[in-house]
Amino acid sequence: MRLSRSARIVLGTITGLILFFIYAPLLLVVVNSFNADRTFGWPPKGFTLEWWGRAFDSAGVREALMTSVWVAVVSTVISLALGTLLAMALQRYKFFGRDVINLLVILPIALPGIVTGIALNNMFTTVLGVPLSIWTVIIAHATFCMVTVFNNAIARLRRMSPGLEEASADLGAGVFTTFRLVTFPQLRSALLAGGLLAFALSFDEIIVTTFTIGAGQQTLPVWILQNLFRPNQAPVVNVVAVVLILISIVPIWLAQRLSEDSVGVGVGAKKAAKTAK
Amino acid sequence: MAMQTTTAPGPAPAGGPERKPVPPRKQGISALLHRSPRLRLAGLLTAPAAWLILVYIAALAALLITALWTVDTFTGKVSTTWTFDNIRTVLTTSVYQVITLRTIYIAVAVTVIDMVIALPIAFFIAKVATARWQKLLVIAVLMPLWASYLVKAYAWRNVLAEGGLLEWLGRPIGLDSPGYSETAVILTLAYIWLPYMILPIHAGFERVPNSMLEASGDLGAKPWTTMRLVMLPILVPSIIAGTIFTFSLSLGDYITAQIVGGTTQMLGTVVYANVGAANNLPLAAAVSLIPIVIIMIYLFVVRRTGALNNL
Repeated sequence: MRLSRSARIVLGTITGLILFFIYAPLLLVVVNSFNADRTFGWPPKGFTLEWWGRAFDSAGVREALMTSVWVAVVSTVISLALGTLLAMALQRYKFFGRDVINLLVILPIALPGIVTGIALNNMFTTVLGVPLSIWTVIIAHATFCMVTVFNNAIARLRRMSPGLEEASADLGAGVFTTFRLVTFPQLRSALLAGGLLAFALSFDEIIVTTFTIGAGQQTLPVWILQNLFRPNQAPVVNVVAVVLILISIVPIWLAQRLSEDSVGVGVGAKKAAKTAK
Repeated sequence: MAMQTTTAPGPAPAGGPERKPVPPRKQGISALLHRSPRLRLAGLLTAPAAWLILVYIAALAALLITALWTVDTFTGKVSTTWTFDNIRTVLTTSVYQVITLRTIYIAVAVTVIDMVIALPIAFFIAKVATARWQKLLVIAVLMPLWASYLVKAYAWRNVLAEGGLLEWLGRPIGLDSPGYSETAVILTLAYIWLPYMILPIHAGFERVPNSMLEASGDLGAKPWTTMRLVMLPILVPSIIAGTIFTFSLSLGDYITAQIVGGTTQMLGTVVYANVGAANNLPLAAAVSLIPIVIIMIYLFVVRRTGALNNL
């Protein structure tokens, strides 16, 4: 498309402004984590490392972090297994109810988090009588993490040539051997990307978590939420927030590099093959 | 791995004597699966379908049922007496009507703002920027926006705070910070959900072949006409996919409302209050049916556009 020079400049400027809008609030959190003023008035009154020291000494933060990592790892493993199976089933076979299952897998992420949260809370507490714990959080997280794995896997499967698997079968490899030696290697990077996004999604989740977590237990987001409104803790929250910004960048950056066919918003916006260029 | 049996179960496929013997790998479970696509499908589908149905669909069904139950006023326990009272209360009480309308208004405003922001930036990244910049810009847009939801809501609390950045920036030009208010909720939610709009739209722009745009230009269409008649129809499913997320995520929010909303109440706030402090799960369930119905209607309306495959 032939855009005039001025149109390009206008679009470029808009993009620049949006990027500023995106980065400015986050930079402010970084700056405030060194701000000597507890109320974060602007401009900052002085520089201090006190909050950083207190954050590193905080046992509550450390425990919440460990819980978060554990929850995210287990839900990622579950969603990797279930998401891959589902993607293979839906991509390879046509069967009655396929569209329903297709809708079912996006439902936990298309419906508001509060619906997922209260539905699971109600099922565990009222219907089943199961006490809320880390495991109820994991079950909840795995349910909506499945879709990121599913999206990444199915996008890759669509681009894979079925000929390779047929050839493998013709050469005498069993179903499992074919998966191990032919299908899985091609899926690997897509699964890694989907898994990383699932991990990030679980690590960050707060709404569903607050409805499914047991009393006295904390993931990192739950810790942040509980300390946000305590004047003495607010500066420490800033530090944790900065660390979270840094941590969350890593999986996204990796997922971005690993996955060519999905930009992966975690909801797997599918990027058409780059052949269009 | 496949179990090995010494005698092949049943006749080997086309097992004439001139064929070489079936390799041992093709026996047992693996062979069974190899022969029967139905079994293969069942093997793939059982676990994930069971999870989705037993965990999620069962939970949604239970939610619907709980909305028809009630809470014993003495014990505070859920009693399984069937009644439409909760649903009637939610539909007829003016407080719930006001909160529902406010929540829908916030969700629509967030969706519109994100659409307006996402279209030019996605277009610039996908179709205007040079190849090297494209990669950089995608990462630049994605990375910070993937930073934690809470961090972003909190960042806006910092921006909006009394004596904070926005007030400091606005004072010289006579603008006031919206403080903690409904406007602040819209602003913050629009910020938080922006990537959920940019990504599908960006993917949509990438799907529009450049040759098609050139053809349109060669046939005399001005950029604006090309945009409207060539690009927009291709983009519609992507845009709708984006709106499903921004709309749905805003509809269920209550944390942002807590952090920057001041006294602003949303549907999520009501649900949360009834599960926690008020301990009235049936009423909370009834309230949560509102966003479910709204989203279901929306999904039903946009189903035919192909948007659901763009999620």
